[in-house]
Amino acid sequence: MDFGLSSEQRMLQDAVTRYLSEQSPLGHVRDIAAAATPYSPDVATGLADLGVPGVIIPAEFGGMGLGLMEAALVAEALGFSVAPVHFAGAHVMAPLAILLGGSDSQQRAWLPKLASGAARAAVAVSQAVEGRDGVGVVARDGWLDGTALFVLDAADADLFVVADTTGALHLVAADAPGLTQIPLTTIDKTRSVGELRMTGVKADPLPGGGGRTTRRIIDAGRIMLAADILGAGTAMIEQAVAYAGTRVQFGRPIGSFQAVKHMCAEMAAALEPCRSLVWYAAHAFDHAPDESTLMACHAKSHLSEVGRFVARTSTEVHGGMGFTDLAGLHYWFKRIGLDRQLLGGPELVRNEAARVQGWIAV
Amino acid sequence: MDLTYSAEHQAFRREVLVFLEAHHHAAPKGGGAAQRPSAEAVAWQKLLIAHGYAARTIPKAYGGYGAAPDILKSRIIGEEFARAGVPPGLQSQGISMLVPTLLELGTEDQKRQWIGPTIHGEVIWCQGYSEPGSGSDLASLQTRATEDGDDFVINGQKIWTSTAREADMIFCLVRTEPDKGKHDGISYLIFSMKTPGIEVRPLVTMTGHAEFNETFFTDVRVPKSQIVGKRGQGWFVANATLKHERGMLGDPGQLESRFLALAELMRTETAGDGRIMDNPILRDRLLRLQAELAAMKFNGLRVLSASANGGDAGLARLIVKLQACELAHQISALAIDALGELGVLYESSPHLRAHGGWQQAYMFQLGLIIGGGTAQIQKNIIAERGLGMPREPKLATDGGRL
Repeated sequence: MDFGLSSEQRMLQDAVTRYLSEQSPLGHVRDIAAAATPYSPDVATGLADLGVPGVIIPAEFGGMGLGLMEAALVAEALGFSVAPVHFAGAHVMAPLAILLGGSDSQQRAWLPKLASGAARAAVAVSQAVEGRDGVGVVARDGWLDGTALFVLDAADADLFVVADTTGALHLVAADAPGLTQIPLTTIDKTRSVGELRMTGVKADPLPGGGGRTTRRIIDAGRIMLAADILGAGTAMIEQAVAYAGTRVQFGRPIGSFQAVKHMCAEMAAALEPCRSLVWYAAHAFDHAPDESTLMACHAKSHLSEVGRFVARTSTEVHGGMGFTDLAGLHYWFKRIGLDRQLLGGPELVRNEAARVQGWIAV
Repeated sequence: MDLTYSAEHQAFRREVLVFLEAHHHAAPKGGGAAQRPSAEAVAWQKLLIAHGYAARTIPKAYGGYGAAPDILKSRIIGEEFARAGVPPGLQSQGISMLVPTLLELGTEDQKRQWIGPTIHGEVIWCQGYSEPGSGSDLASLQTRATEDGDDFVINGQKIWTSTAREADMIFCLVRTEPDKGKHDGISYLIFSMKTPGIEVRPLVTMTGHAEFNETFFTDVRVPKSQIVGKRGQGWFVANATLKHERGMLGDPGQLESRFLALAELMRTETAGDGRIMDNPILRDRLLRLQAELAAMKFNGLRVLSASANGGDAGLARLIVKLQACELAHQISALAIDALGELGVLYESSPHLRAHGGWQQAYMFQLGLIIGGGTAQIQKNIIAERGLGMPREPKLATDGGRL
């Protein structure tokens, strides 16, 4: 019995954190945010050298063969550094979809390339989370037609994992005839979100890609977004505490005023238990399947709420400076803002949690 | 992350289950933790100590079971007793605060005299710390103990002395050295509540019950030998016990049973056209609390694991009192809101739900948010000890006693 991280898990997280602090400092994040595509190929390459793209892909396909817990630790490190790279969609949800639902040949064709970082996959499952009028991909006689919004990790993708209106999953190559990719501009300039329009695109269905696989990858994605908020929130608290310790007004550091000190304490008190919740949700995904959807819902909705509170409060601790681009705190603020909305906002997710427990009709 | 128990711990869990199966009928009915335990409860406590399910780590020489500390075994006992709906051993300020203090800092005579009868429920204690003028700033306490021959003579007033009416004994902070700095002039005394000069007045709270008392001392004579720790070290001695009190106030097991009762209420009670659970706004609030509860439960496991491995979870431990007391209060608040007009019924009103327990809890839990170190004091502790933030600059007041 040990509710905590192993030394290997700590080493993995430390390695990613250290790499990002050296190779993806705020200056680099600013450069990427100002560029046309919110994605850093250099940082992606460096993370590939650490094995990040293959974190959950089994060793037989060239990956690290680790669990969702390790993936969550990587996601936390990426959120901490507002790293302008793919992760939840490209390196967790997409490979997981192929692992759970793909045929042998689909797995052999894609998993080794995804594990090495030689190919990148994006995920288009937003419609399975929350339907929207005029949006949706219809599969008919082996062809896909329609629109998918909020495609995760869309930039530079070679492959898309697409959910149709029944929740079944398909693979679509980025160069497939009839496919148009449109980037969506969001508040967060560190992650890439896109739109797909399809007119008679040849479908390559995942034979095991039914509703259950879709459910699993959404659970996994939600845990990754929760972990990203955990990391981003941790960074925002650290910055608030550091700023309050050095900023002097009325002849003393503002952190010695209880009004400011208590804001920091409230942030820490709210966020610290979230760490254990994210750990447990990731652990349950691999080891307690009965609880996995409920815990993914709790992690996603609770981290979204606490993340919003921390993002706002940390900004306020920084006073006017927190509101400016000079401090750069807004990169974390927006990162949390994006994480909160993707794959279902907290109210939607909590309603799912009620259904999962049989508290309301399915 | 390994949430499985070792073979030794699994075997221990089976032992606990066998015990519960054999003896659950002997458990006392009803709680009443704050009062003097019934003969039934005292007999139950004796049985639990004999089997190592209460006073588990207290040495045999002092009347305990004498097991080596094992946090996981303590947790298994707690879990299985809760699951079986069987009351655990006695819980009181004497057992949770005085006994650990004596074990740490008492003389051999004090340990032999007091620990055994206390853990067996034969001697009931109350705590004399807070004063009307010394709440959050406890170290400014003014109750005086002056020397007179072999005795201290005590004059002053304490407040929030729960169980003072039932108590046989008090552990009490008094000022013995008024000329020293405020933390250095305090001593920790233990004495009988039957000593002449003690008056106890019940303190009725917003719940309508007198859960606390005010206790007045007029020329109360206490032999000097009844000091715990050295003269002037009372602040240090008291802090050893406050640590134990704060641990008591954030038990996630209790939160979980309150939450389950709330979810059951919302599934079964109807309001308007359907079950309360069908109201999306109330349901959303319920799920929000459930997520927070899950976070606190796993945070508790993390803190437990850290101390089982000889470490300290730091921030994860420091936030428990603040967060758990607030969460408990919010669970009761939602139950009241879910009941609508029925939520206001109290005492022995017709149509009362859950014996009026939700309103009672809602009010009492506000007391817990304030007691044992207010929420604001907790935030100072989290910020200063957990986050390393600068302390408030001290003002030169209080006659130079800082």
